[in-house]
Amino acid sequence: MGALIGVLPFFAYTTIFLVTPTLIVVVGAFLDGSSRPTLGNLSALAQPQITSAFIHSIVLSAVTAVVGAVLGAVLAYAVSTAREGGTLRRLVTSLCGVLAQFGGVTLAFAFVATVGFQGFVTLWLQNFGIDLAGSTWLFDPYKGLMLVYTYFQIPLMLIVFLPAVEGLRPQWREAAETLGGSTWDYWQHVAGPILAPSFIGAMLLLFTNAFSAYATAAALISQGSPIIPLQIGGTLSSEVLLGQENIGKAMALGMVVVVAVVMTSYVLLDRRTSRWLGR
Amino acid sequence: MNLQAAHRRKQSIFRRVVLGLIGVFFALPLIGMVEFTTRAPGGGRSLHTWATLFNVRVIDADYPELKTGLLSSAGLVVLTVAIMLVMLVPTMTWVRLRLPGLRRTVEFVCLLPLTIPAIVLVVGLAPVYAWVSYFLGESSLWLAFAYVVLVLPYAYRALDAGLTSIDVKTLAEAARSLGAGWPTVMWRIILPNVRTAVLSAAFLSVALVLGEFTIASLFSRDNLQVAINQLGKRDASLAIAAALAAMVLAFTVLFAMSFVGTGRRSHRPEEN
Repeated sequence: MGALIGVLPFFAYTTIFLVTPTLIVVVGAFLDGSSRPTLGNLSALAQPQITSAFIHSIVLSAVTAVVGAVLGAVLAYAVSTAREGGTLRRLVTSLCGVLAQFGGVTLAFAFVATVGFQGFVTLWLQNFGIDLAGSTWLFDPYKGLMLVYTYFQIPLMLIVFLPAVEGLRPQWREAAETLGGSTWDYWQHVAGPILAPSFIGAMLLLFTNAFSAYATAAALISQGSPIIPLQIGGTLSSEVLLGQENIGKAMALGMVVVVAVVMTSYVLLDRRTSRWLGR
Repeated sequence: MNLQAAHRRKQSIFRRVVLGLIGVFFALPLIGMVEFTTRAPGGGRSLHTWATLFNVRVIDADYPELKTGLLSSAGLVVLTVAIMLVMLVPTMTWVRLRLPGLRRTVEFVCLLPLTIPAIVLVVGLAPVYAWVSYFLGESSLWLAFAYVVLVLPYAYRALDAGLTSIDVKTLAEAARSLGAGWPTVMWRIILPNVRTAVLSAAFLSVALVLGEFTIASLFSRDNLQVAINQLGKRDASLAIAAALAAMVLAFTVLFAMSFVGTGRRSHRPEEN
């Protein structure tokens, strides 16, 4: 029993700063302003601006997950053909580490400086009669955010997917060629099926990454709250209608449910991949 | 042989094309930042913005929010890394030595933040932070408590890899039989052996804390990213320069880390 004292600080800390907040969200979603049980917060999620925010978030995350996963996988394969431990590989992985984590304010500013009203690409394209400044496309949840989110999805894909690509042994390709298979046969029958579970798993991770992102959109969009993290942020910083004090918690619970579904599929897939690769 | 050479050539062309195309997409916004911050008022180029950014006296006098944010982030980095290491290294070692049954639970708790978006954590942390402010005051430094939770999954993975690669049990038993107390075992036996893992956990935390915006902004506290965002409304050019400088700093940290990791691995003897 004495041994348990050694893990007490850890569990005390995580109870206060991780478990308690989670419970506050989960329980709070079912309480009204005077702490009586209610389902009102959940039914309030049916308000048009909240459902449309959820739909925007899910579509945005799904599209950037697929685009990021495909481009990131191609990039990962290209990098994996470079010499192991070489400068190129080191440079690309470190760069991707920063770009994947360092979204937020920096990324929003970078895109404003590039394709914003005064951005250099905008000004340059004006020479050819293409006007990017005429519309507010950069601040649109679909067009603008999709472009900006892709920018941090591709590097994350590289980091997550590179180990799987590196697991492909050159002997497998040689074996396929000895048996008379073409490059296409190799990808269709050997590399494709081996990489498929990791690929889908990484894509799910990318989905939750985009779905959870708050900072980039917050720094970029100053009017309206087109995606769900911004809606939740709004309930924290502004006055909320009477009777809807806990609607932010209900939205937060909604996010957790979506992420939980996706992450569960990820864990199941990952277990399966590990078994196949004998990790 | 010829076939392989043809392969390698094809792969090398493919690599260049892919890296080139994706590289352009990634370079454009970065070039945009450099271009924007070097614009001179009347057209042309000038390094005026960058000179201002690195002029401590001007920043101190005219942009106090940037100074506050920077100092506060520096404090947060130190405090977050310190709490994370003091809490995780002994706990994870202890669980391996004495409570192997709890390993799954500790892992689950540490990886849990991956499934809870930061924005959700903010909602739940608001009442908790009301208490933190009540007991400890309103200082931005206490954000470190939340940041430790954010870095838990990454730090856990790094430390777990480190502890797996050494034989914790034998090392601890050897030290104990020679009369070492638990603090000595921790400080002089375990810690030096997982130095690389500790460093990589610390570096990941540094990068994450330097880039954190969500929690600080919604709790109206100061940190570097919040300051940069505020500055953006007043002096876009300087704000973009500060943002770029912070990112370059984080990249330098991660790039340096990629050398630390391999350096150790190459002369680690084969134990298992």
